[in-house]
Amino acid sequence: MQTDAGPVAVIHGSLTAADILGAWKARWGIGRMSYIVPPGLYAIGEPDRDAPVLVTANYKMSYDLVRREMRNRNVWLLVLETYGINVWCAAGKGTFGTGEVVRRVESSGLSHIVRHRRLILPVMGAAGVKAIEVKKRSGFEVVFATLRIEDLPAYLDNGMQAAREMRELTFSFRERLVLTPIEIIDGMKSCLFAGLPLSLLAGFSTGVFSIARFLTALLLYLVAVLSGTVLTPLLLPLLPGRMFSVKGAAAGAVCSLACISILDGVTTVGRLDGAAALLVMTVVSAFYAMNFTGSTPYTSPSGVRREMQRSLPVMAGAVFADLIVIVTGMFLS
Amino acid sequence: MKGFIYLPGVATLELDQDICVGCGICSGVCPHLILEMHGPKAAIRNRDECMECGACALNCPVKAITVDAGVGCASGMINRWLAGFNIRFRRDDSCC
Repeated sequence: MQTDAGPVAVIHGSLTAADILGAWKARWGIGRMSYIVPPGLYAIGEPDRDAPVLVTANYKMSYDLVRREMRNRNVWLLVLETYGINVWCAAGKGTFGTGEVVRRVESSGLSHIVRHRRLILPVMGAAGVKAIEVKKRSGFEVVFATLRIEDLPAYLDNGMQAAREMRELTFSFRERLVLTPIEIIDGMKSCLFAGLPLSLLAGFSTGVFSIARFLTALLLYLVAVLSGTVLTPLLLPLLPGRMFSVKGAAAGAVCSLACISILDGVTTVGRLDGAAALLVMTVVSAFYAMNFTGSTPYTSPSGVRREMQRSLPVMAGAVFADLIVIVTGMFLS
Repeated sequence: MKGFIYLPGVATLELDQDICVGCGICSGVCPHLILEMHGPKAAIRNRDECMECGACALNCPVKAITVDAGVGCASGMINRWLAGFNIRFRRDDSCC
């Protein structure tokens, strides 16, 4: 559409099958770092000079969620260059930041397009955007609206007043579930440099290479990865301990005991083999559970540092003990 | 946050009420509603719930709030630590 600052692209609020597939692929880590839209100003519906201006990141999933919630409305959407990173992570890095807001307001000619001087930002953007400085440098007032895009329609209809629950983070089962695919993918990558060598070692532990032992060990490793990347996030509030590594270790230990008892029904599991499996699976699950701290909205960097200082030495010790158990098993056989 | 609390006694959030001018901006940007207005000044409700995102300190007009903000991500910290020993992994698929 034509504006006083030149043409502005008009976008629609309805998501197509390709958009939904794209979001699904991004969740599984397929092309996630290039799932982007060009930064700049967009028109949703037919916004006029008084229509609200919403600001988001150029990660296509963020942009898609905003336009879906804004379907049947007339708003301006200012997309910042965050290099395909979501609002929160980009705010942490500073790309969803004061400088980029000011730059994008200027380059889009926004002050010629709207009469008011107000930008509506997601609350999670506040970690990167200093509202009073944006006002000073661009003349635009920054309003931090809601945490979740889904609450934006109610916020706008409610005279731009956010209810308490719109400003408080949650971490529901569903919110944890959608984060697990990318954790699985990252966890599986570790099979190459940790799971495979350990399984090969276990395969050779009777002196001659046993394919059955190798495959069993690899399978147990995969179960441990799933315990740390899926089971622990899903059961997070139910697992014991505050530290994620403790929660993950608990889940991993239970999984390994379950696996050992199943295997024991098929064949006889030696004591050393059982001990080795229990140690490895507990440590692997604990490690991936600890990794999940990066995906939650309540773990502080100081806390993660403290957790790593306490957990990593224990994990390293357990891995060392495990290697001793496996090698001892070799000599005994 | 309801149902979740991480390690106690580690968050670095500090508020100097002598400097605070009571503008209320911090209470509007805290995603855990830790900062509340108590009369003419802001107050920390429960420091242990802080995830150190830094939004309050960045947006405070008089620098009454300090927090050692950063990315709370174990793999990021391990990678930075390994980079200190000149061991680097290609991590073009990482988010934060």
